[in-house]
Amino acid sequence: MNKKQKFFAYPYVVWMFIFIVLPIVLVFLYSITTKEVNNIKTINFTLNNYKLFFDPLYIGVTIRSINLALVSTIFCLVLGYPIAFIISKINIKHRNTVLLLFILPMWMNMLLRTYAWMTILGNNGIINNFLNMLGFPSLRLLYNNSAIIIGMVYNFLPFMVLPIYTALSKMDQHLVEASHDLGADNRTTFLRVILPLSLPGVISGIIMVFMPAVSSFVIPRLLGGNRSLYIGTLIENLFLVTGDWNFGSAVAIMMMLIILVSMSILNRFDVDKEGGGSNLW
Amino acid sequence: MVKRNLHKIYMGLIFVFLYAPILVLVTYSFNDSTSRGNWGGFTLKWYIDLFNDRDIKTALYYTVIVAVLAATIATFIGTISAIGLYNFNKTPKSIMVNINYLPVVNPDIVTGLSLMILYLSTNMRLGFLSMLLSHITFDIPFVILAVMPKLKSLNKHLTEAALDLGATPLYALRKVVIPEIMPGIITGFLIAFTLSIDDFVISFFTTGSGVTNLSIVIYSMARRGVKPTINALSTLMLTAVLILLFIINKRSALVDGQKNNGGNY
Repeated sequence: MNKKQKFFAYPYVVWMFIFIVLPIVLVFLYSITTKEVNNIKTINFTLNNYKLFFDPLYIGVTIRSINLALVSTIFCLVLGYPIAFIISKINIKHRNTVLLLFILPMWMNMLLRTYAWMTILGNNGIINNFLNMLGFPSLRLLYNNSAIIIGMVYNFLPFMVLPIYTALSKMDQHLVEASHDLGADNRTTFLRVILPLSLPGVISGIIMVFMPAVSSFVIPRLLGGNRSLYIGTLIENLFLVTGDWNFGSAVAIMMMLIILVSMSILNRFDVDKEGGGSNLW
Repeated sequence: MVKRNLHKIYMGLIFVFLYAPILVLVTYSFNDSTSRGNWGGFTLKWYIDLFNDRDIKTALYYTVIVAVLAATIATFIGTISAIGLYNFNKTPKSIMVNINYLPVVNPDIVTGLSLMILYLSTNMRLGFLSMLLSHITFDIPFVILAVMPKLKSLNKHLTEAALDLGATPLYALRKVVIPEIMPGIITGFLIAFTLSIDDFVISFFTTGSGVTNLSIVIYSMARRGVKPTINALSTLMLTAVLILLFIINKRSALVDGQKNNGGNY
């Protein structure tokens, strides 16, 4: 093509520098300075923000968030793998319809999907009303960890199912037949042929669920109440309530690090270097 | 046979899990009772409340305006940038594509707060403009990601043929390249539009002074507890999404007849 057309991208290169690179540089800068940054001459570098992050209180917040995200990811995987497997087995005529039905709830605003669970789990929500009707006392279902996990699984399940489904449907069916011909039973075929071949999809699924789960602040806020802090709600608090941008930036940078490290650990398992979800976006 | 039924039961349970909350929202939007447990008869009063709610009307206005503007601008910038980037040399190209990828892989909260820091450090007032700029920023990468594959699969000789036949480069671009990558551009626009309509986190951090969108209004209402008008709003938004999907499906069925457009979902 025409080499002159390179110029078309120059405005966006400038845009990327201003709106993508510069903001992240600023976050990093805030994370390594003390609060008085309004005067450029008195800029003070410090590592105290990071030191504060390693305070037992905040380490607790981080571990709690990672735990919650891990549990949600495991639930998504355990529930989602069979879904992807079953959908990939449905005959081609109905498969797209089932897939569409599965994705449809995702088109609803995420806040509404989360809010819907407040109606179900709330103190005079549906479940408690039903229990009262049967003469049982109300349960406290909302504003605890299980409520957050339900909300996360509900919101992020498609992110797990779609990459696995893509990997399974790309798989050469002759390999399964070959395995049966060679005398393997269903279990062995699944463990030795199907599962390893769908692993790239599983890994993208795990990344795509874990990442939003660990950084989410909406779901913990709405379903978890105000009692306990998570890394997402901590960042929101620091920026929008207390206005402590320096410590907030340090927490944000640490969160990015956690996500980066977990992604690179997971990518080691992805032998093909080709995520099953790569054509999802 | 037993296995088949087991599959059906499992999928049935999953669909109950997926659709029950939505069904609950829709049902209770017609419920004439403030306490959600009881059914107080059919009513449309929450819908009337909704139409009289000024906050929601303003939010709806900003949601639509920002989504239309951001998706249009992002589609334009994204398309020409994808064409430009495609002609970059290997190393600069991979650097640029990777930077472009950052807003896609970064958690929304990081993108949101970093943009907020940028605006406030440059003494920009948070409001409509900052929200629009943020939406354009997170929309463009998705447009580029949708257009790039189309450029890669484009037959190089087509442009050359157009040039040999006397077309100016711009004319060749307009008449040959753009029509060929059109499915990618449309997919990009639709992704950008849906992302903008649905965005909460980035808007929440980068807006201010009375400018809100629907997600922000829902969030602040939901934090104060459950309110039946939200149910009515959900029902209307769900209907809008269903109509939109129906139109897209009709359209892509038409396009699929002629050419496989490799759409997203």
